[in-house]
Order: sequence, then structure tokens, then C-alpha cells
Amino acid sequence: MIPNPDPTQETLVLNMGPQHPSTHGVLRIVLKMDGEYVLEAEPILGYGHRMHEKMGEVRNHKGFYANVGRMDYGGALSFGHGHVLGVERLSSIEVPERAEYIRVLTTELNRVASHLLWFGAYLLDLGAFTPILYAFDDREFILDLLEHLTGARITFSYFRIGGVCCDVDDKFLDGAKIFVKRMRERLPMYHKLVTGNIIFRKRAEDVGIVTRDMALKYGATGPVIRGCGIDYDIRKTEPYSVYPDFDFDIPTDDKGDCMSRYKVRMEEIEQSLRIIEQAIEKLPEGPVMGEKVPKKIKSSGDCYMAVEAARGELGYYLACDGTDTPYRMKIRSPSYSNLSLLKELTSGILLSDLVSVMGSLDLVIPEIDR
Amino acid sequence: MSDLVNLLFTPPLGILVAVLLVVVFVFTNSAVLVYVERKLCGHIQRRPGPYEVGPFGILQTAIDGLKLMGKQILIPNGADRKLFMLAPILSFVPPIVAMIVVPFSDSVQVRDLDIGVLFVLSLAAVNVLAILIAGWASSNKYALFGAIRAVAQNVAYEIPLLISLLTAVLWTGSFKLSAFVDAQTGSVLEGANWFVFTPWGFVAFMVYFITGMAETNRAPFDMPEAESELTAGFHTEYSGMGFGLFFLGEYTNMLLMASIATTLFLGGYHLPFVTLGGSGFFIELMQVCIFLLKTYGLIFIMIWIRWTFPRVRFDQLMNFCWKFLIPVSMINLAVTAIVLKLGEL
Amino acid sequence: MFEYLREVVIGAKSLLVGMAITAKYGFSKTVTVHYPYEEIEITPNFRGHIDLVLNPKNGKHKCISCMMCQRACPSGCINIHAEKPEGAKKKQLVSYHLDFTKCSLCANCTEACPTSALEFSNEYNLVGTSRHDFHFELVGRLNARAEALGLVAEEVAVPEPPAKPDAGETQSPDSGE
Repeated sequence: MIPNPDPTQETLVLNMGPQHPSTHGVLRIVLKMDGEYVLEAEPILGYGHRMHEKMGEVRNHKGFYANVGRMDYGGALSFGHGHVLGVERLSSIEVPERAEYIRVLTTELNRVASHLLWFGAYLLDLGAFTPILYAFDDREFILDLLEHLTGARITFSYFRIGGVCCDVDDKFLDGAKIFVKRMRERLPMYHKLVTGNIIFRKRAEDVGIVTRDMALKYGATGPVIRGCGIDYDIRKTEPYSVYPDFDFDIPTDDKGDCMSRYKVRMEEIEQSLRIIEQAIEKLPEGPVMGEKVPKKIKSSGDCYMAVEAARGELGYYLACDGTDTPYRMKIRSPSYSNLSLLKELTSGILLSDLVSVMGSLDLVIPEIDR
Repeated sequence: MSDLVNLLFTPPLGILVAVLLVVVFVFTNSAVLVYVERKLCGHIQRRPGPYEVGPFGILQTAIDGLKLMGKQILIPNGADRKLFMLAPILSFVPPIVAMIVVPFSDSVQVRDLDIGVLFVLSLAAVNVLAILIAGWASSNKYALFGAIRAVAQNVAYEIPLLISLLTAVLWTGSFKLSAFVDAQTGSVLEGANWFVFTPWGFVAFMVYFITGMAETNRAPFDMPEAESELTAGFHTEYSGMGFGLFFLGEYTNMLLMASIATTLFLGGYHLPFVTLGGSGFFIELMQVCIFLLKTYGLIFIMIWIRWTFPRVRFDQLMNFCWKFLIPVSMINLAVTAIVLKLGEL
Repeated sequence: MFEYLREVVIGAKSLLVGMAITAKYGFSKTVTVHYPYEEIEITPNFRGHIDLVLNPKNGKHKCISCMMCQRACPSGCINIHAEKPEGAKKKQLVSYHLDFTKCSLCANCTEACPTSALEFSNEYNLVGTSRHDFHFELVGRLNARAEALGLVAEEVAVPEPPAKPDAGETQSPDSGE
């Protein structure tokens, strides 16, 4: 036990993590508590630091393929997307349209998988065991599809600078169509089982309210900022890849509480399904790898490439000095900014609500620590 | 032969045999319930549950029990050793003792105390003491939180539990458990029947069932454990058989709660439409089966609820008790009293 | 008061709806695959560790020992030993050592190979009791496969030195011994 620093104060210091069931990894939060109430929550990071940025500066562009998936185990493809788009922009490499469509298709599938993972984990934080297994049943379908295409289930290493490593086949496309249909049938079940549930609503509504000012102040992105009414989504605000070709909405919700973030994510699953459908329909013929991609990719100059990952804005800042290795790589990961909200969000709330708030922020710790 | 039976089933030896039978039944019950719970939750989650050890995995609990017994009991530094060891026993023994007044059939009942209901309630209340001691003695902040929650929760939920049982007591006019069973014979058409079939009886039963789940610390009211918040709550520091006894205690408490519900509200060992007349071995056996069927039906619903819902928040739990259950049960008690009085006139 | 009662009724209904769903799934078929007894079909695209491509006609590999894969590997887990036998024009592969403990399956090596001599194996049942169990000698594996197919094993002109799995380790300082 850590001795109470000031015995005259009736507070208690509680170490939540680095091994705790609801910190989802190696996040440590030092809580100053007054009974069940959290007075102050101080997240302590770095337990899973693996120097991904430094590795990006040592390895060449192609060598970094494997790293991107290791940062975010939930949505590895979005991380790959940002990296290859950044390098392509710096080196002026043309990507065939088919490859870009495949990238969007697979990234959106991955986004659905990531949201399903979050859905299950959030409900697990709130004490419901069963929804995670239903969500994993669906997620498994996506992982099987992506495994068939890329050969791996979590860390895909699928995107290449100049395209993607292999073309989609009919089995994958048919599977994706079946998945869209299946997921549309399953979503009402999730809403009945969870969204309408009175216990869940009581746990999520009016808990952890993020105001617009707070979201802007801390640089929150993704469903967190969309949950408080700001329709900030890189896919629409700074369109990249072939996203302008698709017809989809950015779901928002005004309240800013855990329920809003929950609703936004559940609606995003539906929007991703729409993109997947359109991508399969519009998929152009052609090569999947650019023809003029040099073996040794030399690039110079610097650029900031932002994409919308499942958890928010993911940015790669690449500064290159003419060699095939970046001089400096900086990754702006979405969960890191979203986590910084935690301290302000959780002062004065119950311990149970802290768990609920943390779950609703959808933190992926390896991505925060990098 | 009949001499031997007489010797075995009459005092003084009879008491010992009966208590032994209860203990054996309680242990078997826990083993079966652990297996059933895991199997049910598995199927609800679309997986088979235990299935590797023995046919359909039925030996899984036996193996788990062996494993728990084989494990070292770790006592953390700074823990109150005596209290730490006492808590699991305190959580396990009272529900077993309380089982002796439960009437499984006409004659399968160890002791038919005149104050049966009070006896059960007073022993069931010891559970909270066990949790408090466990949490306090563990020298662990999470365990302490679990203990604090358990005390607040169990003390609050004791009130609607008592009031709902009082409704049944008013209706029967006795604290004797066999009197409740006798009052619920006959078929629906004849008038006298299960207490749950009357409107006030139904309300009292629902209140009792909900509070019973809270008293046994089952999800969605498993505040003292709440593994996503408090890692494992009050038994965070327990390992081996210490943990195992808490586990056994929980399942025995469930059984006790369900069998009291069966006795007081669901007609005990009677069927709703027919009266089993006469006596004899087969009638007794039938009665035991009916009783167990009802009891395990209730436990099945408890398990089903656990694997469906998220956990409620602590303040909501208390609000639900003080602002909903207690008023409802008190109104219900008043209505029952008035109706019974009017019926007498 | 009315609002409160309404909420109670709606709440109770939502709980029953949830229980109906879990009951429905409770009685439907389980989706688990009992792994050791049943196996799902592994997609042929599955990326296991890398292997040398076997030429089904002569049981030989296509490697020309150009060291492209060794250079392309970002983790430095490939170590090739090639020798030029006397009188021969080309270098010949003696040993192809893969340290799978470091490999992250990024496919840089298979894509760098000019002769497509590398492929991903389909092996997913990898298990070992020591980290040294994952140091693979790919030439040996190829020969074993060729023999299993009844093809003549790869003939190496030079007298083969004993395969040294540690050869790569002495060169890379970060092998973490």
C-alpha cells in the first residue's frame, strides 16, 4: 500500500493499472479518491513504449510497413493508409485507382472491426459479458475476410507504397457483400440488447460530458469530437484517397456524453457499410500497383498526412532529406489526444463512471505509447 | 432394516445424519451450479462452455475444486491473518446452517423451527459480515472498496427483503416454513393456492427476487466484486480454497434464496393444480423433485439475468432500493394487511 | 410521478427484450470450432514464415544468392551463406538462416526477390519450448520437402559445412543473448 501522503486529508490514492481489467492494456491511472468519488485522475503513460517513431527514422519507408499495424491493433489498416499516402505524396508516386478503392474498402472493413471490438470492450467495462462475444462473432467474419486477402488477421502489412500488395478476388468481394448484409441484420439486435437497455442507458447517459470547448481545447478527434456536435471527419473536411467518390454521412450527436459517443460509433458502422457497398459496386478494373514505383523510394521535403482512423485523426509528419529513410517521423495518434481529456472529464465523478468514460473514449494503449 | 432406518433418522443420531446430508447436498449443489452456470453462459454466448473434462465437461468443477485445493493460500503482507482466514468460513457456513429449516418435502426437513423465516434471515445476514471482514483484512484498497460497497448494499436491500417476506408472513400468519407450504395446497380453482398468484403476492415475490439477487451479490448487482472497476472486489487477495469457499458460499446463498422463494411464494413442494395426497416414499420423492425443479428454475433465471445485463452503478443501485423497492414493498404490505382484514370481516 | 412510472415500465420492457435475445442465442447452435478435433480451412494466402520455393520438377530452389532479401529485411532476421565453388561461375546457396523470432512478416523480402525464390509458408501450428526452435534453416527444410516428394535432394557442390544456426547471431550485435 502506498502510504497516504497527507494523513490529515481524508483522501486515498488508488493505483488503477498498469494491470487492471478496464484499462485495456498497460495504462496506469493514479486516482486521488474521496470514498467512491474520484477527485483527480492522472494518467501515466509509457509502459508500452516501443519507439515506433524512432524506428521510422532508422528503417526505410518500406521497412516501416510492419510497424504501422503494431501501433493500433484495432484498426491497423488506417495506420498503414496514412503512412503510404504520406510517402506517396512526398515522392509523387501515382497510385492506380483500383488500388485506392481497395484501400478504402479494406480500411472501412477494418473500421467496422475496430468499432465492434470497442463495442464489446465497452460493454465489458460496464459489466455485460455477452455482447463482446456477439460482437466478436461478427468481427471474426471480417478478420477471416481480411485474412483471406492479406494473409494476416491483425497486423496486415497490406498497403504498399504505390498500391496494395495483392488484388482482391471474387471470394473476398462476395464475402464482403455477405458481411454487409449480415451486419445490417445484426445491428438491430445490438440496439435491442444494449442501446435500449435501461441499465446501460443509466450508465452512459449524462456521464462524462465533453463540451465543445473542451474537445477543441484538448484536440479531441474522431467519435469523441463528433459526439459533441462538431462534424469533424478528415474523410470529409480534408478528403484524401477516393473518399470524395462515396456518398456517406458524418454522424454527430449534440450531448457529448458517453451515450453520444456510443451512438456515433454505432452509426459509423452503418456508414462504413455504405462505403463498403459503394466501393464494391464502383471498383474499377486495372492494376493494383503503380508501374513507376522505384525500388528504392527516395523522397525529400516534408509533409503532414492526416487520415481518419477508427479512433480519430491520425497524422504522419514526415521530414525527408532525399534518402529512402525519413529524417524525422512524428505520429499524431488519436487516442493520445482523446486520453488527455480524461483528467478534466473525471474530476468529481464516481469510480464506476470513470470506467464508463474511459471505455467510451475507446483508448488503444499501444497507440498512445507507441 | 426398519430398525436401522429408525436409528438413523431419529434423534440423536438422526440430527447428525440429517446435517451431514444437508452438507453433502450443499456441496453437490455448488458443484452442479458452477457447471450449470458455465454451461449456460457458454451457450448464451454461442460457445459450448466446459466440455473437455469428462463427457460434456461434467467433471470440470471437480477438477477445478481439486486445483483450488492444491493451490497455496497466499496471505498478503500487512493483512490481518486471523480475520483473513475467518472470512471465507464465515461466508460459507451460515447458509449451510440456514438450509436445515428448508422443507424439501413433507418429511425431508431437518428441523421445522417455529421461527424458521427469522432463522434464515438472521443467518443470511452474516454474509455481509464475511465480506466486510474479507475486504478489511485483505489490506488492499480494491478489497476495501468492495467491502464498503457490500455493507451499504446489503444493509439497504435487507429492508425490502424483510418487508416482502413480512407480506407472506401476514398472509400465512406464521413464521414456520412448513406452515407456508401447507397454506399453499389445493388447486387454483379451490381458492387457496400459491401466494404468488395473488396480486400482492406477485409484487412481494418480484421484490423478494430482485433483493435476493442483490443480497447474494449477483450481477447486475455484483457491486462488491465488480471486476471491471475493483479487479475482483473483496476477494482480490484470496487464492486457493479461500477463494473456493467464497465461491461455494455464493452458490449456497443462491440456493438458499431460491428455496426460500419457492417455499414462501411458489407453493413449496406442491403442484399448482393437483394435490399430492397420501404419503410414502414415492410421494416424498415426487415432492423433493418438484421443490428442486422450482428452486433451480429460479436459479436458472438468475444466471440468465447475469449473462444478459450490464452492471448497475452504485448510486443507482441505492436509489433503486430506497426510492423504488422500499416504497413499493411498504405499499404492498399495507395493501395486503387491509385486504386480509377485509377478508376476515 | 407519471414520468417515473413510465420509465419503470419502459425499463422493465427493455430488460425483457434483452433477455429474449440472450435466450434466443442460448438455444441456437454454438459457433465455436473445437480446434484440436476440428480444424478450419486455412486460406492459402495465409502468411506463415518464409520458405524457399520448391521447383516441383527438379526439387531445387531458385535462389541466386543475390542477398536482396537480406538487405531488404527491416528486422535483420535473414542470414544467407553462399559460396562460390571452384570452377563454377555463380555463387551457390549453402545455408539460408531465418530468425523467425524477429520477423514481423512484412513481405519486404519476398517482394525484393528478383527470382521469386521466396514464398510464405502456410504453417500456423508453430510451437516450441525455446526461442531457438524458431531459427529455421530454409535449405534444410527445402531438401526435406523435396525428399518427401520423392525428388532428388539439392546437391551442393562444395562439401557442406555443418549448418551453423549461430552464424548469424555472432554478426548481429542485437541478437539479445
